[in-house]
Amino acid sequence: MASVFEYAPAPESRAVVDIAPSYGLFIDGEFVEAAEGKVFKTVSPATEEVLAEIAQAGEADVDRAVKAAHKAFEKWSALPGAERAKYLFRIARIIQERSRELAVLETLDNGKPIKETRDADLPLVAAHFFYYAGWADKLDHAGYGANPRPLGVAGQVIPWNFPLLMLAWKIAPALATGNTVVLKPAETTPLSALFFADICRQAGLPKGVVNILPGYGDAGAAVVAHPDVNKVAFTGSTAVGKEIARTVAGTRKKVTLELGGKGANIVFDDAPIDQAVEGIVNGIFFNQGQVCCAGSRLLVQESIQDELLDSLKRRLSTLRLGDPLDKNTDIGAINSEEQLTRITSLVEQGEAEGAERWSPACELPESGYWFAPTLFTNVTQAHTVARDEIFGPVLSVLTFRTPDEAVAKANNTPYGLSAGIWTEKGSRILAVANKLRAGVVWSNTFNKFDPTSPFGGYKESGFGREGGRHGLEAYLDV
Amino acid sequence: MSDRLSVFKTYKLYVGGKFPRSESGRVYEVTDSKGSWLANAPQSSRKDARDAVVAARKAFGGWAGATAYNRGQILYRVAEMLEGRKAQFVREVADAEGLSKSKAAEQVDATIDRWVWYAGWTDKIAQVVGGGNPVAGPFFNLSSPEPTGVVAVLAPQDSSFLGLVSVVAPVIATGNTAVVVASEKSPLPALSLGEVLATSDLPGGVVNVLSGRTAEIATPLAAHQDVNAIDLAGADDVLAKELEIAAADNLKRVLRPQPVDEVDWSADPGIDRMTGFLETKTVWHPTGSLGASGSSY
Amino acid sequence: MPTNASAAAHALTDVTASDSTLRRFLHGLPGVDAVGLEGRAASLGTRSIKTTAKAYAIDLAISMVDLTTLEGADTPGKVRALGAKAVHPDPTDRTTPATAAVCVYPDMVATAKEAVAGSTVKVASVATSFPAGRAPLTVKLADVREAMAAGADEIDMVIDRGAFLAGNYMKVYDEIVAVKSACGTSARLKVIFETGELSTYDNIRRASWLGMLAGADFIKTSTGKVAVNATPANTLLMLEAVRDFRAQTGIQVGVKPAGGIRTSKDAIKFLVLVNETAGEDWLDNHWFRFGASSLLNDLLMQRQKLATGRYSGPDYVTVD
Repeated sequence: MASVFEYAPAPESRAVVDIAPSYGLFIDGEFVEAAEGKVFKTVSPATEEVLAEIAQAGEADVDRAVKAAHKAFEKWSALPGAERAKYLFRIARIIQERSRELAVLETLDNGKPIKETRDADLPLVAAHFFYYAGWADKLDHAGYGANPRPLGVAGQVIPWNFPLLMLAWKIAPALATGNTVVLKPAETTPLSALFFADICRQAGLPKGVVNILPGYGDAGAAVVAHPDVNKVAFTGSTAVGKEIARTVAGTRKKVTLELGGKGANIVFDDAPIDQAVEGIVNGIFFNQGQVCCAGSRLLVQESIQDELLDSLKRRLSTLRLGDPLDKNTDIGAINSEEQLTRITSLVEQGEAEGAERWSPACELPESGYWFAPTLFTNVTQAHTVARDEIFGPVLSVLTFRTPDEAVAKANNTPYGLSAGIWTEKGSRILAVANKLRAGVVWSNTFNKFDPTSPFGGYKESGFGREGGRHGLEAYLDV
Repeated sequence: MSDRLSVFKTYKLYVGGKFPRSESGRVYEVTDSKGSWLANAPQSSRKDARDAVVAARKAFGGWAGATAYNRGQILYRVAEMLEGRKAQFVREVADAEGLSKSKAAEQVDATIDRWVWYAGWTDKIAQVVGGGNPVAGPFFNLSSPEPTGVVAVLAPQDSSFLGLVSVVAPVIATGNTAVVVASEKSPLPALSLGEVLATSDLPGGVVNVLSGRTAEIATPLAAHQDVNAIDLAGADDVLAKELEIAAADNLKRVLRPQPVDEVDWSADPGIDRMTGFLETKTVWHPTGSLGASGSSY
Repeated sequence: MPTNASAAAHALTDVTASDSTLRRFLHGLPGVDAVGLEGRAASLGTRSIKTTAKAYAIDLAISMVDLTTLEGADTPGKVRALGAKAVHPDPTDRTTPATAAVCVYPDMVATAKEAVAGSTVKVASVATSFPAGRAPLTVKLADVREAMAAGADEIDMVIDRGAFLAGNYMKVYDEIVAVKSACGTSARLKVIFETGELSTYDNIRRASWLGMLAGADFIKTSTGKVAVNATPANTLLMLEAVRDFRAQTGIQVGVKPAGGIRTSKDAIKFLVLVNETAGEDWLDNHWFRFGASSLLNDLLMQRQKLATGRYSGPDYVTVD
């Protein structure tokens, strides 16, 4: 008779990472206390355990770091590109060597499953450094004219959803083009950036080229506003992105912004259904849906709605939520209590507005921040859950009748970061992709990333592209 | 020969392919460089700006969706029409900028040549800035530039025609539609350009020309939620900063004014004014399905 | 538990009313995106099955093996040894489960029956001019009847891939129906598609539905005689097919990947595919089999390792 195949716990060993009780700011090649002596704690969102105490950067620290970066800029930018390249290659290799350690660290600090940090985040981080390393001595051929010049000090503020990957997206092109960096990681996920500081040390990177300033929004704002910062790169919420755009108005600072999204994942009646279901799941439950390019709106052709929803619900019932360090976990913890509160309140609003809520049977751990995978059906464009970015494992299902209507609904948002198309009809893919106002369109796939592939949004999802040849432009005076 | 009394032209706005007066009913006096009266130009209001945005948005889908070849043909047609009305533009530019006939003629020649230059770019820019990306997986990955949408263009204040065309042509060559705020003190070449565009196969609404007080018109444009980008070429530093702050409300793409000492409209423009109003769209598609022939599917 | 029923009784009867309805139905099945399918199979392949789960999976896998010898050089002695191994895979540990079946050519069925007599081990016979299937239907049916007469509990037939690839779906269907009828109620029918020859995933999905419509008790990937045999992706696809078929008709059909599965690690990955695609109803040797030979010894060595904590070696399991 059939029996139950229970997967025994398969935890990745925590012993591969050694977290110190406290960390300083990384300025001019050294770990230092914050000027005001402030510290904050970083916790594991899966357990609420305190992982370490972190120096909290303030305005004076930002000034100190920018000065260090400014000072380092002259020599770093004058280095032959081939030499800068070799530093970046070293960094890429050290990341590969330490990838298990960094994956476990990232999982502890962020709450995302080890499966993702191991198989997605870390390989992409190393690949990104590897890719931009190769550009450092080829900038003359990048299509930006001969001998394009770096901008100076790049002030970079990154989010908590892909802490190390976003660091790589920011730092790798900045250094390859000859800029120096002051980077502020998110307050809930500072650890991997601080470990990266150690990687810079191992790689022998000159002092001051990379400075890491853990802290809160005030430190980020100070980085953005600092007069000696020549370039601002931000990934995070649209609200903060707008604030940054106001701050830099009237200056000569070059800005790139990667902001929010409300991606439409469009499933036509001739879609490869089983793969579409996987794509929907990957689109909204990857990283607990805390992804700016998440496919958070499912637009399904009305004629296959029931069939697709049945398949989707069955599939969601197989998702394994729990200990992020368990190698079989599909859904980890929400990154912070604050984020959990936001998700919860938006979901309650969805219910209050009459959308139908569904989750698979799913036991949530007692400590930590958790949210069960959730579907909303009977959703229209007018519902808050169809318009606001939830940034959590919550999918809103809408229907459409014709390709025109699908495109109109997909584009009916102030955002424009990502979209998905599922159909076996090639001409429809090309036609719909052409009409979608989104920076990244995945057809018959979703949430794929590559260092060679430009990423970034239309409209209120921000401007500028990261990745590929296009990603160089943000850091060159062109 | 008796002195014939000439017929004055009533200068009008160019919006949605039509030539309306300002909704406000206001005009302002345009003078030459010595202060002599040239014409009354419409003094556009915020409602004119609003109407122009509506027209530009309506025209966007068709213009962005036209083939690049077709856009090139139309832009070249604009150059042909300009060539035919050269004398008029030479006179207007000479009056506006206080130039001799020959200097003004040089400006107009350069302007027409610039149209031709941009006409040729329509079907080339995508190959220069887009292309396939060699991703590490079984995917076809293509990046293509696409127009950002409706662009508010503040034409340069001092270069009434060459400067104007240098900022308008790249915006529409790439498939955007434009709401152009003419030089405040020298709007006549811009308003006459509207007449040329109207007879050049350019669909109505692709370019809309407003004259008036730059700050008055630009302020609602910068704040308009259905404008995707703004070129601040014609704004001074104080206005530019205000407009950039307003533009942040819906994260418009902002092209800041060049520093005054770096402005040279006769220089090789490069491609920045085109790429500034282009979005890069990257499309992924799997490349499987060849079938099993030995080692893998 | 849903049980198999005659092919005529289910909800999709109309589908096989004519050549054109059958073709329309098969071509109307959802397409398969190869990269997505393989990606999903690979992702399930990263499941980490440890300790108690591994012990469970290894015993389950052993119980699902159709221990196979399909060689021109097969002799009664070889088949008897195979039978003995199937009944007691690990002579040093009698708690080891028996395999599901032995799988032999029709002329070896009688020998195999004797060798497994008194045990739970079934005798499966390949038939219908295995592996090419290039023979007249009369010959194929005679092949089946011989095997049945010798006592076969299960028949592993090959489909006419030529007919399938030529779009002659009704011919393939009719042959399966005929073979099924020859099996009667005493033998379960496994239908082998030779997925490596069907080549595309779309074809494999169509063949799966064709086989199930015709009354297959099991759908089976391959003969083991071509370059590409069972893969995680094609097995996943067939598991989706049996899952969907049961949802539509209430009829449960088994799946048998065959060929190329050699290690415990591989076998466990396949069990994960079963668990997370078709579901636990298929986690039983009545509904899932491995067509394999060398796999069994690797499973036994892993079993010994789990029991003793030491790595085993090939000299501690029997060569046949």
